[in-house]
Amino acid sequence: MTTLHLSERSAVEIRKDFPILARPTVRGKRLVYLDSAATSQKPNSVIDALDAYYREYNANIHRGVYEIAARATEAFENARARVARFIGCSPGELVWTRNATEAINLVAYSWGNANVGPGDAILLTEMEHHSNLVPWQLLANRTGATLRFIPIDERGELVLDGLDDLLDGCKLLAIAHVGNTLGTIAPLERIVPRARAAGALVLVDGAQAAPHLPVDVSALDCDFYAFSAHKMLGPTGIGALYAKRAILEAMPPFLSGGDMIRTVEYGRSTFNDPPWKFEAGTSNIAGAIGFGVAVDYLADVGLGWIREHEKRITGVALERLAALERTGLHVYGPKDPDRIGGVISFNLGDVHAHDVASILDTEGVCIRAGHHCTMPLMDKMGWHATARASFYLYNDEDDVEALVRALEKAARIFKL
Amino acid sequence: MDDFYRDYILDHYRNPRNFGHLEAPTVTAEDLNPLCGDRIRMELLVDADGTVKDVRFSGKGCAISQASASMLTENVRGKSLEAVAKLTKEAVLENVGIGISPTRMKCAMLGLRVLKSAAIGSLAAWPDEE
Repeated sequence: MTTLHLSERSAVEIRKDFPILARPTVRGKRLVYLDSAATSQKPNSVIDALDAYYREYNANIHRGVYEIAARATEAFENARARVARFIGCSPGELVWTRNATEAINLVAYSWGNANVGPGDAILLTEMEHHSNLVPWQLLANRTGATLRFIPIDERGELVLDGLDDLLDGCKLLAIAHVGNTLGTIAPLERIVPRARAAGALVLVDGAQAAPHLPVDVSALDCDFYAFSAHKMLGPTGIGALYAKRAILEAMPPFLSGGDMIRTVEYGRSTFNDPPWKFEAGTSNIAGAIGFGVAVDYLADVGLGWIREHEKRITGVALERLAALERTGLHVYGPKDPDRIGGVISFNLGDVHAHDVASILDTEGVCIRAGHHCTMPLMDKMGWHATARASFYLYNDEDDVEALVRALEKAARIFKL
Repeated sequence: MDDFYRDYILDHYRNPRNFGHLEAPTVTAEDLNPLCGDRIRMELLVDADGTVKDVRFSGKGCAISQASASMLTENVRGKSLEAVAKLTKEAVLENVGIGISPTRMKCAMLGLRVLKSAAIGSLAAWPDEE
């Protein structure tokens, strides 16, 4: 590396907070982690927070009167307030879930069963992850509703020409903020007002956006926003659903049992206020606390910086990968760092993506290969599988170089 | 793992043997690896004695799944269905050579799974080849 930009110095500093990135692979290679779109690595502060909860104040929340129970409850609700602030909502509008998938299922069952009926339509896009497709297929099966799709063109961009027709008669638009396979950023500022005008509610799958872009749900003007902690430096098994307060008030419970009730008799029950109405059973207390610490870390670095850093690294990667075209390397999706969220899908000649990933693994380079849980998109594009590299705040130009060198090795092995 | 991608593997990947379809197969089977979408179909022509007279495979997937399936089909003609049903994981690994990592074992065994289920006539009757 000849020039050292500010962001590279900072990425180097950031890497020191992530213990796993300092551990060599079994083959003694530096770990080059380019699969943050699947799950991110965790900084010390998050790992320490989980450890501290279990070592120092492990207790169930909300009803314990003793000191550590009070401390656990305070930490749990304090984390809710921080995650809520992180996306610009109030704590009373943030429901803990296991992950973005569960958040979407919560809406599909609770809101969907109560509000969607025969003849209604739900509008999705052709780039959705299975998590924002299958729950709506099941809802359509239950209710007799139909699904519609905003098309994606061969460049990986959403086609908005027929949007108003597609929205006509729609109860809900459910759309990924950032596509997980091609990294396409949905132009929500153009789409959401038109959904509003058509009378549809809007659910945004933010699993690939909340970790990488500044998100303000009130500015987005969406009704629901779903995201997962583990893709944004937090632990697995915890995620969140934002929903507008009035909608949460009107929604019937989803899962039921302890903690979500106000009174219970043998024959009937009344329910707690949101968000607790949707949090049956003991929550992932450590996970929620860790999630709070994770968003603190992200806010401290700054989402604006993270976005600019990823744009720069993605730009460098697109440039370096373009130089590999002579070996048959082909990049899919929008090739403009302004248009994508730090995700690059590609194939190398006639080498299957799994073989590419296996060879990269021997060089310590971790990427994903396959259908990325977007099988309909792959079918539409006519791709059997793609390799996908994704970037985050701890990646730098050295990681891009390692990716390129490993791809050159794969090309040599396959005689491309 | 990079040891695995030897010339004969690449040759089977790019020039698969017995690839395509039989006009009138006696038995067929197809399966996919849902994790990665690799897919293989096996078609057998079996005579009245239960001897395999001809074989074709088709499918899409990584070099490991396609080359191991291709190599399998080279050793099937003249075998009885019972013998095909008794083919082992070890026999496949002997064919393809060293270096299959645990994460790719399912790819290497996909062809065997499908071939055996064609011979046996029931995919569910066979335990996972992990």
